Amino acid sequence: MLAAITLQVDPSEADLIERALLGQDEAFRELVRPHERAVFITTQAILKNEADAELIERALLGQDEAFRELVRPHERAVFITTQAILKNEADAEDAAQEAVLKAFTNLAKFRGDSKFSTWLIRIAANEALMKLRKGRRQKLHDSLDEQRTDEEGDYMPRDFADWREIPSEALQKKELRQALSRALASLTPKHREVFVLRDVQHFNIAETAHLLGIKESAVKTRLLRARLQMRDALAPGIDGSWSTGRNEYKQVRPW
Amino acid sequence: MVVEISCEEVWREVSNYLDGEISQELRARMEEHFKGCKHCTAVMDGTRNMVQLVGDATAFELPAGFSNRLYQKLDRKLTKSHQSRKEE
Repeated sequence: MLAAITLQVDPSEADLIERALLGQDEAFRELVRPHERAVFITTQAILKNEADAELIERALLGQDEAFRELVRPHERAVFITTQAILKNEADAEDAAQEAVLKAFTNLAKFRGDSKFSTWLIRIAANEALMKLRKGRRQKLHDSLDEQRTDEEGDYMPRDFADWREIPSEALQKKELRQALSRALASLTPKHREVFVLRDVQHFNIAETAHLLGIKESAVKTRLLRARLQMRDALAPGIDGSWSTGRNEYKQVRPW
Repeated sequence: MVVEISCEEVWREVSNYLDGEISQELRARMEEHFKGCKHCTAVMDGTRNMVQLVGDATAFELPAGFSNRLYQKLDRKLTKSHQSRKEE
């Protein structure tokens, strides 16, 4: 199987495949490691898709509860998407509601060539972008425009606190949720929307670029800055201040 | 022999490294750099952890009452759609 695919792969991976075929297990591990996440997400998605397909069928037959059940696991994702683009909470909630209603109206048009959640989030992103554009037309001097220019300098990480593991119980903590929301709010709109679509909603780079109508290279540049900034914003908390209740944290800065 | 890479260059590629969007050669140079640079290792580990953390949408807060308002609105829409179906 591995031998059959060597012709179609990235040349940088060809060497690893060759070594793996020679029995070097470490080469195979190295080959697979960058794609672990994608494999997990894919298998999980297939199982989820089957359950969703059944709910969609029932919803189309007029069973309201099925549609509610279909949407419920994604309501948070819908809101995060619209808020990433609109920032203003009331506008974001409005757009999120509109997106869900639109999904209901257009459910018969869902073709199943993507996950239902992907389709729903795409509707939410479009709804928010439309609202944003409308808002801009109304306010000619919208400050967002200034923030949405494409100038990118290098972002320097500011914090070098060591952050190896996330305690899983931390996910349940209200403070962590609040810290995440605050960190997200600290990004500029153009960084936030890219970050949310890519890292929270798991769209790939091409899809993210397509949804936002920007180049893939711009997605990558903005994503880098957003990720580094998010890490800077969150590392100290994870490192100690949330679990110890103290505000100070260990810093290891070279300057 | 792996060509050395600076911290600044590493930071520029942190994101592409996580997404597997770099060449094998650059990956090897970065990994060599991590062995001797705890700052860059902290940046990389932290960024990876952060990405993992936000990858679950349930980690974020919703405004209070969001679900209730959403389903009220949805229910109104569903009722309307049933009515119009009946009228047809």
